[in-house]
Amino acid sequence: MKTENQKAWFFVLPVLLLVAFNALIPMMTVVNYSVQETFGDNIFFWQGLDWFQQILRSDRFHAALGRQFLFTFLILIIEIPLGIAIALSMPRKGFWVPVCLVLMALPMLIPWNVVGAMWNIFTLPDIGLLGYFLNHVLGINYDMTQDPLAAWVTIITMDVWHWTSLVVLLSYAGLVSIPDAYYQAAKIDGASNWSVFRFIQLPKMKTVLTIAILLRFMDSFNIYTEPFVLTGGGPGNSTTLLSIDLVKIALGQFDLGPAAAMSLIYFAITLLVSWLFYTVMTKDDQN
Amino acid sequence: MALELRNVTKRVGAVQHIKETSLILEAGHFNVLLGATGSGKTSLIKLMAGLDPMASGQILMEDQDVTKLSTQRRNISLVHQFFINYPHMTVYDNIASPLKVAGMAKSEIQGRVEEAADILQLRPMLHRRPHELSGGQQQRCALARAIAKESQAVFLDEPLANLDYKLREELRDQLPELFSGRGAVVVYATSEPEEALLLGGKTALMNDGHVTQFGPTADIYRNPANVQAAQVFSDPPINTATITKRGQIAQMGADVQWDLAGDAANLADGNYTVAIRPHHVLPVVHNGCTVRLQGRVQVTELSGSESSAHFDQGHGNTSWVSLAAGVHPYEVGELHDFYMDPSACYFFAPDGSRVA
Repeated sequence: MKTENQKAWFFVLPVLLLVAFNALIPMMTVVNYSVQETFGDNIFFWQGLDWFQQILRSDRFHAALGRQFLFTFLILIIEIPLGIAIALSMPRKGFWVPVCLVLMALPMLIPWNVVGAMWNIFTLPDIGLLGYFLNHVLGINYDMTQDPLAAWVTIITMDVWHWTSLVVLLSYAGLVSIPDAYYQAAKIDGASNWSVFRFIQLPKMKTVLTIAILLRFMDSFNIYTEPFVLTGGGPGNSTTLLSIDLVKIALGQFDLGPAAAMSLIYFAITLLVSWLFYTVMTKDDQN
Repeated sequence: MALELRNVTKRVGAVQHIKETSLILEAGHFNVLLGATGSGKTSLIKLMAGLDPMASGQILMEDQDVTKLSTQRRNISLVHQFFINYPHMTVYDNIASPLKVAGMAKSEIQGRVEEAADILQLRPMLHRRPHELSGGQQQRCALARAIAKESQAVFLDEPLANLDYKLREELRDQLPELFSGRGAVVVYATSEPEEALLLGGKTALMNDGHVTQFGPTADIYRNPANVQAAQVFSDPPINTATITKRGQIAQMGADVQWDLAGDAANLADGNYTVAIRPHHVLPVVHNGCTVRLQGRVQVTELSGSESSAHFDQGHGNTSWVSLAAGVHPYEVGELHDFYMDPSACYFFAPDGSRVA
């Protein structure tokens, strides 16, 4: 017989409190700001949805959002296939496994702002190792502080360097969990390498790839520190991604109302796209 | 159709996994590879399938040298101990996969898949995915793939080991029928002597990376060529002891002796290893089981129809097993009389070869 009482609440309570203090309450203050105007001294004026309308209609927001989607799109389209390819070519057993794993994990261990600073110094045209090499040895005109294209190439390269390992490690974990017997069965069926990838490795990696894609989407969509340290959003506004723009509005211009409204829209977009990804990628499992 | 191994060996580093082996495996009956875990059954199958490289030797299929052909280009099937199916494909697509790879016409694929599915009673499950099937059904799906492919050689590597008892019996009864008349060489690896006997055909006994004996299964059971063969082909394990032959008398330890007859009587005097199967050692005098041994009962096992007792027979020999029909009351620790049938003894020279 089932006993029914209210005891379960006690077990849920700690989590509820934790989530309340680190997520719900801060978020509600953002909601609070997003519908009011303040000039300091804790004096507020009701604004309704004005800030939301203003943000959604602003060209500046559209431009930043466009750059953000472009950035995330490029990141996913490069890092996911590259990560899978590297994972596929890594050894499955022997001496080189731990070496490869450590090498792969290294970039991820470096703090984000250090990564930004490293790449900044690395790519400066006159003193940076790469910048100097490209300009003065290969004679390629490359200056990420002046040229938007160069700036984009640099932040994309930096992110690929920093985060492809995550995709590699997750894919690799998926790959090594496939028993040899599957590969043998495929060989005996006469399957080509491509078929082995398509019909054995990819389906078996699907769960970890779902996680990898979601993580890389959310992280790259919310990225702030590295491009901020590397380019500061420049040259001009060319690498001003959503988060950088948001901080400019909130802390640079101290427009707390519009910044709060923008945060909520930003959050909603992240949530929506993540949900879309997740639904599409796990569609097969449900039926 | 025949599959021939000529002086095949396999080496991993300095370790020789398969010692020089020559075998001719034919279609029309089961070819059982019988040996304990680690005796080289799977290694040998992988060599035949081309999954592992050989150190030396040749493999011929229907008189054609396939030694250098890749696995993909050998016309073979393999069913594993694990139920290996493509997880995201339906049962139909799983069975059809080797045919699709071979570029067969759709209608022909459908015919073959449905035939195989009928034989293995998978018709109602053709549109399910493997994870929606029971273990027995998953393995039947793997078997159906092997059958639909109609390959020249089918390797079954302990295909029933992961199934529960009932399913195992059921499928084992069906197996010989499934492959009869298909013209494929069927190689079946198992560690259970009973399975080899039930499947019939020919058996190759494997021990420590080489084939110790090969021939019709019943012959090998009756006439093991050496100690290893006798040991491999006996479950519960065969009883062995060292005896000293002097004249017409075999002396085992201080107090067991019997008169030798037949071939054994003509052996030169000296030390021999004697081996006798557990069902020729009984707790009562019965039909030729006349030589009395005394032993302290260590472990007893009762099944509905049989009683077995492990007993310490003294004289520094390993413990012996008696297997008798019916239920015998044993008490662990008691000193019990057992009687063995001297005419059922095998005699081996000190180097392990059979002498009588």
